Amino acid sequence: MNIADTAHSEGPSAFAQAAELQLRGVSKRYAGQREPAIRDLSFTVPAGEVCVLVGPSGSGKTTAMRLINRMIPISSGEILLGGRSVLERDPRQLRREIGYVIQQIGLFPHQTVGENIATVPHLLGWPKQRIRARVHELLELIGLDAQEMHGRYPAQLSGGQRQRVGVARALAADPPLMLMDEPFGAIDPINRARLQDEFLRLQGQVRKTVVFVTHDIDEAIKMGDRIAILREGGVLAQYDTPREILMRPADDFVAQFVGADRGLKRLALTTLAELKLIEPNGHAEDWLAGDVRPDGVVRVARETSVRDALSALLSAGGRPLAVVDADDRIEGLVTIELVEQLLSDEVASA
Amino acid sequence: MTMLAAAGPVIPNYAAQSSSCEVDNHLFCWRWVAHNWGPVLWPALRQHILLALVAVAIGFVIAMALALAAHRYGALERPTTIVTTTLYTIPGIALFELLAAPVGLNVFSAEIALVSYTLLILFRNILAGLRSVPAEVLDAAEGTGMSRTQTLLRVELPLALPAIVAGLRIAVVTIIALATIVYIIYDRGLGVPIHRALGEGPFKTELIAAGGLAIALALLADGLLVLTQRMLTPWARARAG
Repeated sequence: MNIADTAHSEGPSAFAQAAELQLRGVSKRYAGQREPAIRDLSFTVPAGEVCVLVGPSGSGKTTAMRLINRMIPISSGEILLGGRSVLERDPRQLRREIGYVIQQIGLFPHQTVGENIATVPHLLGWPKQRIRARVHELLELIGLDAQEMHGRYPAQLSGGQRQRVGVARALAADPPLMLMDEPFGAIDPINRARLQDEFLRLQGQVRKTVVFVTHDIDEAIKMGDRIAILREGGVLAQYDTPREILMRPADDFVAQFVGADRGLKRLALTTLAELKLIEPNGHAEDWLAGDVRPDGVVRVARETSVRDALSALLSAGGRPLAVVDADDRIEGLVTIELVEQLLSDEVASA
Repeated sequence: MTMLAAAGPVIPNYAAQSSSCEVDNHLFCWRWVAHNWGPVLWPALRQHILLALVAVAIGFVIAMALALAAHRYGALERPTTIVTTTLYTIPGIALFELLAAPVGLNVFSAEIALVSYTLLILFRNILAGLRSVPAEVLDAAEGTGMSRTQTLLRVELPLALPAIVAGLRIAVVTIIALATIVYIIYDRGLGVPIHRALGEGPFKTELIAAGGLAIALALLADGLLVLTQRMLTPWARARAG
């Protein structure tokens, strides 16, 4: 049995599947300030999708996130979770149904890893047995050794481990919605990429509705099923899939925010596995066979993004790369022309 | 004053049980201590422990209430600090004298005085402890759906423990020392034999024994509090390694 099955069918879960999140004309105006922090924000996150709120500082992305679990009271408009207004709910009950992850993690330093993860189940009054089972299940899910890590204190963990525990704590009661405020912002770039990949793998299993705040457009493109780009003053500039945003920025602000290299970024959205590779025959096969360095053919995994493959192509002096599967069998070749073809196809189909 | 001192226990009769040590006024006579442990030193020590324990316990309850109030309503901090600081600055002997008239020469005036000296130390430390909880930890507590009371009981107070115990250590040592002058208004505690010994001329054993007990008691209480804190805060020693 794999972990996903455990998490869903066998797990001592509290809530049903992910819920749809809807913001309708939400505004936030602080007393004594002329301009609102959030202005007439409306978008819908389908159940089980990751929505990334991204924007420069002062765009109110964190504020927008904290309106959802009512840590900041909304001034006007409506937020519906699973079709039900969050304003009808008791704030504390609501928050126990919404996973909450912040950049500084905020683990309770006086509690063990196990106790930290058990926070919300404990508040919900789950029986001890069920809490213990759930904590172990989550430690497995985030790839930490349950026996070894269960009794440790946060001070005894590395930054990456703490962040994983923070995510496990948020997932503990199997909430239909997760709020994540720059969860990997304080992690070094190498570990950040690893945690991002891990979270995407995890999300593939648990399929939560996620609102993910970041200021990093690359992270937004990587993590988001949809991206909400906010501009200063809390105005929604564009809400779309990463591909649409990269191909058709709504205005100059978005175009500038996603960067001049948005063509390259688009390539990052596609993996080699999605391309129609060149069959390794004819000229190509000769090239492979006749290569002066038989082991020198650059091999790339089929999961590699086209952007990384292009980088490898340029490093290889423009010679084709061999795309290999998990067993190192050659599936086909990728060339610079193929990448060009991909870009022009996308523009044509747009 | 003299009337009070006269009400104390009778000065031990050396002649009846004297050894050469006592007769020659050596610095310290174990035999005297052995003879007087039961009738003099042990009762005084017990009284002393009780005086200090009651004072710190009552002071802790009051200071905790004041600190919790000031933690919630920040405006209360200044007035509370001013009042407790004022109490703390009144010289001990003066405070005892001030209380003697309205309250009387009894356990109440003694305890009121001792308690008033604990308040500043405990209030300040408890409040500092509550405020030392990192903002992100409080944010996480709120975000996971804890109520204010749950946050206080499960997060703020446990994390304030090191500062609270630090305050208790200072308060306990201070009060054990201060309780040696309680004899002025209430003839209990180690102050009684100390004061009497001061009037005994060259014989120093009683002074050293009673004074030594006060010091030992303070050190022991401090040590016990350190051990208690270690037991209660295993997380504070846990470090990556």
